[in-house]
Amino acid sequence: MYSEKVMDHFQNPRNVGEIENASGVGTVGNAKCGDIMRMYLDIDENHVIREARFKTFGCGAAVATSSMATELVTGLTVEEALKVTNKAVMEALDGLPPVKVHCSLLAEEAIHAALWDYAEKNHLKIEGLERPKTDISEHEEEEEW
Amino acid sequence: MKNLIYLDHAATTSTLPEVVDAMLPYFSAHYGNPSSVYDFAQQSKHAVQQTRTTIANALGCPDKDIYFTAGGTEADNWAIKETAHAYRSKGNHIITTKIEHHAVLHTCEYLEKNGFEVTYLDVNEDGIVTPESLEKAMRPDTILVSIMFANNEIGTIQPIKELGEIAHKHGALFHTDAVQAFCQVPINVKEMNIDMLSASGHKLGGPKGIGFLYIRTGIKIGPLIHGGAQERRRRAGTENVPGIVGLGKAVEISLATMEERAKKESELRDYMMDRILAEIPFTRINGSRKHRLPNNINFSFQFIEGESLLIMLDMEGICASSGSACTSGSLDPSHVLLAIGLPHEIAHGSLRLTLGNENTKEEIDFVIEQLKKIVGRLREMSPLYEDYMKKGNK
Ligand SMILES: Cc1ncc(COP(=O)(O)O)c(C=O)c1O
Repeated sequence: MYSEKVMDHFQNPRNVGEIENASGVGTVGNAKCGDIMRMYLDIDENHVIREARFKTFGCGAAVATSSMATELVTGLTVEEALKVTNKAVMEALDGLPPVKVHCSLLAEEAIHAALWDYAEKNHLKIEGLERPKTDISEHEEEEEW
Repeated sequence: MKNLIYLDHAATTSTLPEVVDAMLPYFSAHYGNPSSVYDFAQQSKHAVQQTRTTIANALGCPDKDIYFTAGGTEADNWAIKETAHAYRSKGNHIITTKIEHHAVLHTCEYLEKNGFEVTYLDVNEDGIVTPESLEKAMRPDTILVSIMFANNEIGTIQPIKELGEIAHKHGALFHTDAVQAFCQVPINVKEMNIDMLSASGHKLGGPKGIGFLYIRTGIKIGPLIHGGAQERRRRAGTENVPGIVGLGKAVEISLATMEERAKKESELRDYMMDRILAEIPFTRINGSRKHRLPNNINFSFQFIEGESLLIMLDMEGICASSGSACTSGSLDPSHVLLAIGLPHEIAHGSLRLTLGNENTKEEIDFVIEQLKKIVGRLREMSPLYEDYMKKGNK
């Protein structure tokens, strides 16, 4: 069902945990749908992400996308991190099964939520950053036959 | 490769070696069509008849009331759709429950789209349909009550005899999906007021794609599958002779071992449930502890999600299942767990383990140790657990 990369990040998730006094924390998702992702970012004075950590309640894909997302954003500037899309996360994981694509959206949204928190705390305006949705749910599509 | 520990017997079972042996000649030596006239085909015909007798004896009914189908799903579809069509002039109301298998639920939804009214009964927190709730739902235009004998997720066994009696008192027919119960607990259709009963071969050591519907003599439902004159013109299509032979053998063996298996499996079941409850905090058992299939175990582990749990168990060679949304292919967790009143996030963290005759105490001990590790690991990763612990410590 899952690629080797996904299984690797699920079995050995990178950067699990919390950051105390994080520069920004974002929680997205919804326990009702079975996925909650929390992202912690430590950002230095040059707006570079020094460290990213996560906690996730969810399926294998949710854990793996969280893990990959923390790897992708570490070392990036805030503006660069904003451009890490769900597609990029998916590609880095060698793809996800179609029913799990929403997990990667959750990862993108978790990054945005943490950046939004950082911007609010520091009264910054980050170009292109919008208030994150806290609740992500996709509509199920009927298959054609 | 790790040793496989198979704890998903409610999903399917391995075909017993004796069953495979019994089936093999019917692929090669006795391949004749039971409908053919010549002597060569008589062995096939005879074998089909023999299985019919074995099943009829098991249920306490005449041979001719047993009709072979391509599994439990077809039997459920047949009983419900054709009762609806045949008895429409009497009424268009059907009663079933919120915890049925999709083979029943989706069939009822189909009938709703075609002008029938369906009542989906609630269950109590143990997953039991109370006779009172059925009594209240019965109407003069109720033609059919369909209530599963035992639930496939939480193992709850329904008070079938009482429920059937209520249906009959109000002039309705009573169908039960006994796919999980047949050959696990004793069933007598006459004593239990059952008019129609569905069962399936692959849950009891038989092959997949074969099952049957019991239809009491006198019930005038027509065929679901139209065509040739097989099964007394009620189920068309050349018989799956090897499948039917395998089903017969499986029923024969499973009935003979039923009591002994029930004793052994319920002991293992209770041992595991007690230990997990004592050793893993924030855990609950889903379903009735008393009215329960001997082989069914169902937990919810708070703060974690079922699919992650299944993958981690799989990495240790343990096969199990979950009611989490991620494993059902939709965004909602199991309708059964929601029906017994679990909040969504608790339903997502459910784990079903279903035992079989070959499972040992050593296996169960191993699984318990793995579960303790895995649940702990997933909780460390869970933002819900973090929130709970922080709130708790304040
Ligand atoms: C309660 C119940 N009903 C019906 C079915 C369907 O049976 P089959 O797989 O033979 O179509 C199953 C098995 O998945 C079941 O557990």
